[in-house]
Amino acid sequence: MTGNDIIFYLLGILTLGCGLLSVTSRHIFRAAVFLLFSLIGIAGIYFWLQYEFIAAVQIVVYAGGITVLIIFSIFLTQQAGEKLPIQKLNRKIFSALAVFCAFALALVQAYQHGFITNNKPAASPSVQDIGNQMLNVNETGYALPFEAVSILLLAALVGCIVIAIREKNNTNNISENQNVETSQK
Amino acid sequence: MMTPGLEHILFISFALFFIGIYGFFTRRNLITMLMSIELILNSVNLNFIAFNKYVWPDKMDGLFFTLFVIAIAAAEAAVAIAIIINLYRTHRSIDVENTEDMKF
Amino acid sequence: MNQTIQIALIPLLPLAGFVLLSFFGKKYFGKNSGLIGTAFLLASFILSLFTAYKYFSASVDGHYSSAIALKYTWLVFSDKLSIDMGLYLDSISMMMIVVVTLVSLMVHIYSLGYMKGEERFSAYYANLGLFTFSMLGLVLSSNIFQIYFFWELVGVSSYLLIGFYYDKPSAVAASKKAFIVTRFADLGFLIGILILSYSAGSLDFNTMIHNLTSPESSELKTAVSTTFLSVSAVTWGGLLVFMGGAGKSAMFPLHIWLPDAMEGPTPVSALIHAATMVVAGVYLVARLFPIFSLTTPIVLEVVSWVGAVSAIIAAIIACTQTDIKRVLAYSTMSQIGFMMFALGVSKYGGEAGLGFTASMFHLFTHALFKALLFLGAGAVIHYVHSNEIKDMGGLRKSMPITHITFLIACLAIAGFPFLAGFFSKEEILLAAYHNSPAIYWIALFTSALTAFYMFRLYFSIFWNKEHTTHEKHHGEGPFVMMLPLIILAVGAIFAGYIPFGKYVSADGAPLASHFKISFSILPVALGLSGIAIAWIMYKKQNGLSDKVAASFNGFYKTAYNKFYIDEIYLFITKKIIFNLIGKPAAWFDKNIVDGIMNFTGNTTEWVSEKIKIVQSGKVQQYAIYFLVAAVVIAAAFIYILK
Repeated sequence: MTGNDIIFYLLGILTLGCGLLSVTSRHIFRAAVFLLFSLIGIAGIYFWLQYEFIAAVQIVVYAGGITVLIIFSIFLTQQAGEKLPIQKLNRKIFSALAVFCAFALALVQAYQHGFITNNKPAASPSVQDIGNQMLNVNETGYALPFEAVSILLLAALVGCIVIAIREKNNTNNISENQNVETSQK
Repeated sequence: MMTPGLEHILFISFALFFIGIYGFFTRRNLITMLMSIELILNSVNLNFIAFNKYVWPDKMDGLFFTLFVIAIAAAEAAVAIAIIINLYRTHRSIDVENTEDMKF
Repeated sequence: MNQTIQIALIPLLPLAGFVLLSFFGKKYFGKNSGLIGTAFLLASFILSLFTAYKYFSASVDGHYSSAIALKYTWLVFSDKLSIDMGLYLDSISMMMIVVVTLVSLMVHIYSLGYMKGEERFSAYYANLGLFTFSMLGLVLSSNIFQIYFFWELVGVSSYLLIGFYYDKPSAVAASKKAFIVTRFADLGFLIGILILSYSAGSLDFNTMIHNLTSPESSELKTAVSTTFLSVSAVTWGGLLVFMGGAGKSAMFPLHIWLPDAMEGPTPVSALIHAATMVVAGVYLVARLFPIFSLTTPIVLEVVSWVGAVSAIIAAIIACTQTDIKRVLAYSTMSQIGFMMFALGVSKYGGEAGLGFTASMFHLFTHALFKALLFLGAGAVIHYVHSNEIKDMGGLRKSMPITHITFLIACLAIAGFPFLAGFFSKEEILLAAYHNSPAIYWIALFTSALTAFYMFRLYFSIFWNKEHTTHEKHHGEGPFVMMLPLIILAVGAIFAGYIPFGKYVSADGAPLASHFKISFSILPVALGLSGIAIAWIMYKKQNGLSDKVAASFNGFYKTAYNKFYIDEIYLFITKKIIFNLIGKPAAWFDKNIVDGIMNFTGNTTEWVSEKIKIVQSGKVQQYAIYFLVAAVVIAAAFIYILK
């Protein structure tokens, strides 16, 4: 067992362990932090697979963007130090059972399939390669999806503002928000 | 233990996927449910990357899919949080058990 | 004007009148509704006279061929089978449109006076228009389905008109009775239509008659060889069709509705229940006559006996009734019996086809004098405000025109020489004499009875006790009521001189007149003796009639009660059918049919109550169901279904 392998196993344990904790922890803030570590673990696996650019994007967008967003919304909606309510035991057992069965089924299928792996030394793609193909307009290029995603992002931006905008003459809401703000202080 | 390959990464990805689903089923707070969804998306990304690496190492399509999924996930998270905050304003709670309006 | 449009307008003008009056009559026309309806009918009458004139003047060597003036395919079922709407021209339909429009026009004019001041004056004229339209459509039908269609329309309009005074319980009961009895007969008619058209492979009269009469046609062979209860299919079809005709024409034993139908306004009785609708059955038999006479002589035998029995029974009952309209109703039934057995004893074509011509001739003359009788009776009822004979008497001075015309009609129906009824009745008797002696004697006796009961009526109304109490302040009736009486009386005198055999015969070939003095002596003598007996018994008020009635005590009572036929029907329906069939059916409906419905409803409710919790509105539950279902389906496809 080489050091390379050990790093992989450690990364795997980190990802799964933190993921599991993130969905079971009763403190929402801790759950968010475990999510952050799980995401970093995945970024580590990307590094281990020598896809540095993707790993960087993962860290920047997920760890840096989405997690922060989530933590921010936790601050907006949650009282400090409050524990999450406990789910019914029935529901937990039933969900676990269903999830386990599905997991077993999927895994057995995936292992039985036997993917033909290609052991050619992977050319680690440089940022330049990625950029070239991403903005290319020939048949292998991804210019059109790129543009579509950019429109999607714009739409999401506008949508967020429209949804979350405060209604002007709703005094009730204003006072609520003030309450939230004061409680955060 | 053996040298890690496609199977191992698939195991991590599947496990993460179903951990996310479990979280989605059992969590009652909308924000934690959103976190579970992020886990699910990440497991899918990991799948793309793994297949790209081990089955078609000379191509980059898996990579692009991952990139787009990350971009869309970012948008989705933003919209979801906007909805959650809006919900919090009207229902004074983000507990999913209290949002039964779909029944009607 | 295009000929087709001109013929189509004959039935469509009354329909237009109906539509106009029923939608706008009461509100916009009020008292003028009658004039509008009459104007439409007058136009229709002139058109039909013109059409008939053109038809009868265009013969080829005295032959009249039938023609289909208009054919519009309405519903197509298969290559061969389709339902058409058409206009069929031949000698009997031409005769019928003249009769129908003439009598209808007379009734329209007459009603202007008779129905004056009625609450639902415009509705009355609308219904008359509807009836006239349906009747004209019926006689002009080019296929048997169309005839059925109009047959039912005629039934409906008759129902509406019988029940015109719908606040009178007896009128309501009578209209229901008429509708149900004829409906029952029509059930047989419908089945008969299906059998005949199935075996002929066509609904069209021409094709049907051709397929079922020409000896080499394959349809005929199948139809004859297919048997049910050892009677061939085509015979069953003919019998069932005749059942429909018998119901509409009030033949024994389906006649019970006709006397009760007299609850309707008297002009309606004149139009529907004397001159036009009730002869629809005769018309139907005449229309399918080639099939009856060439293929199924048994049915003709049945027709002739039903006709003869109806004729004599009705005549006997008519002698005992005291309601003048009922006497006339039974008289109508008796005369239609004459027409029926005349058809029954007839053969197809040639000299032996005299019965057919005689039947149609009698239909024509009967329509004239029976309408006259009814309208005259209407005038009398209008004058004394009663239907009962005992309230009348000695009216000859106060109602001179009615008196004269009524006398003419009575003489005509009694077969007094050289009036309309004489010629047609002689021909019928002659046809019966040549073909069926038994029926001839029945007919002879019946015609003597006819003379007796008609003059019993006449003397009771216009002579008998000298009237004292009738108020003088209103006269006989307005001009519009007298005009139709005079026109019809002229018709009743002179209609007999039309050389009918030249125009109407079973096979279209002209038929010479068979009038013979020597043959006529016996019927005329019997008729005159009937009149004489009535003279003796009823001219002066004497106890003679009561004495005669008393001497026939049992029989008189039976006849007075119409041979208890109504009671038999009531017994059969109320005691047997209601108890044995109706009640179990009701039980079945209440418990089984409703039970199944309730069970379905309750089960649905129970199940939905149980699965209601699934629809919780909770996203996570939905997601779990989704995952479980996806896993189960995936596993099923992977491991079980492969």
